[in-house]
Amino acid sequence: MPKRVETLVLHDSATPVLGDIQKGGSVVVTNSKSLLEQLNVLNGARAHCLWPLTFGLACCAIEMMATVSSRFDLSRFGSEAFRATPRQADVMIIAGRVSKKMAPVLRQIYDQMPEPKWVISMGACASSGGVYNNYAIVQGADQVVPVDVYVPGCPPSPDALMYAFLKLQNKIKAQSFTDKHQLRMSETKARTLETV
Amino acid sequence: MSFQLLKDVVQPIVTGFGITGRRTFRKKVTVQYPEERREQFARTRWRHVLTRYDSGLERCIGCSLCAGACPARCIYVEAAENTDQDRRSPGERYANRYEINMLRCIFCGYCQEACPTGAIVLRSDFELANYEREDFIFTKEMLLEPIRD
Repeated sequence: MPKRVETLVLHDSATPVLGDIQKGGSVVVTNSKSLLEQLNVLNGARAHCLWPLTFGLACCAIEMMATVSSRFDLSRFGSEAFRATPRQADVMIIAGRVSKKMAPVLRQIYDQMPEPKWVISMGACASSGGVYNNYAIVQGADQVVPVDVYVPGCPPSPDALMYAFLKLQNKIKAQSFTDKHQLRMSETKARTLETV
Repeated sequence: MSFQLLKDVVQPIVTGFGITGRRTFRKKVTVQYPEERREQFARTRWRHVLTRYDSGLERCIGCSLCAGACPARCIYVEAAENTDQDRRSPGERYANRYEINMLRCIFCGYCQEACPTGAIVLRSDFELANYEREDFIFTKEMLLEPIRD
């Protein structure tokens, strides 16, 4: 997809340039943003170093811990660094049932995470309430935070959680790197090129 | 001095790399998941499948016993009468609609236990994660096993 013309680069036709729009011409229209986006470098980097937040609420957390163990080894996807502080985490794995008392805490921790951020809802309880259809449990964590990937299971096995990570990586790679709406950035007033 | 240096610096390095060297030739424990799958246990309960008889007729007779046994109340069955022109199952009735909410389901296998004809079974396909909540309502078409030739 041709991007907006920002810079004109003059070069000889013998040098191949990534993101060439014109073939074999002397003038190649390109810009650095579209270069990186076409290479998908930045999204790839984002997708392959998702640091999860340690947020185990119930028995699903046991499987979440097992996912990092050497048999399954989540570090193969760059996600071994579980962080105990939301300030250093990219993805929140809600592992377990969210009680109504826990819901404000969940929301606050989500708000404290730096953007861009993603949420995996792990297990039946976090995703929908599961068997706990009662007054104490939030019927789905998506009532509190926006969820990107749901993982069914009670609890999901480490493989199932890894599959969810792969799904999340695919989602991130498909996203536009700069689309603030997709990334849920809080910035609402987008600046135009002229003001920059 | 030099003996102390040897003991404090060189010896730990040799010991450390010795462990690395020995471990290199051991059997690898990590399952390289997306490329290879670990062997599932024989009684693993994951994704539901509605099975058929060898003749191609559905086993499900729409009795709703699975829905009654389900502790999470995630199964919805709507039965319809079989006719001689439109025969789906050997019994009087068949499941016109059969829906499972995979997000509610806790994969306990009670539906499999309750089923009088062995129609619903839980198999080992665990890759169920998805993006949208609506995608988790598994309809009869998704659950039903294809006809074998």
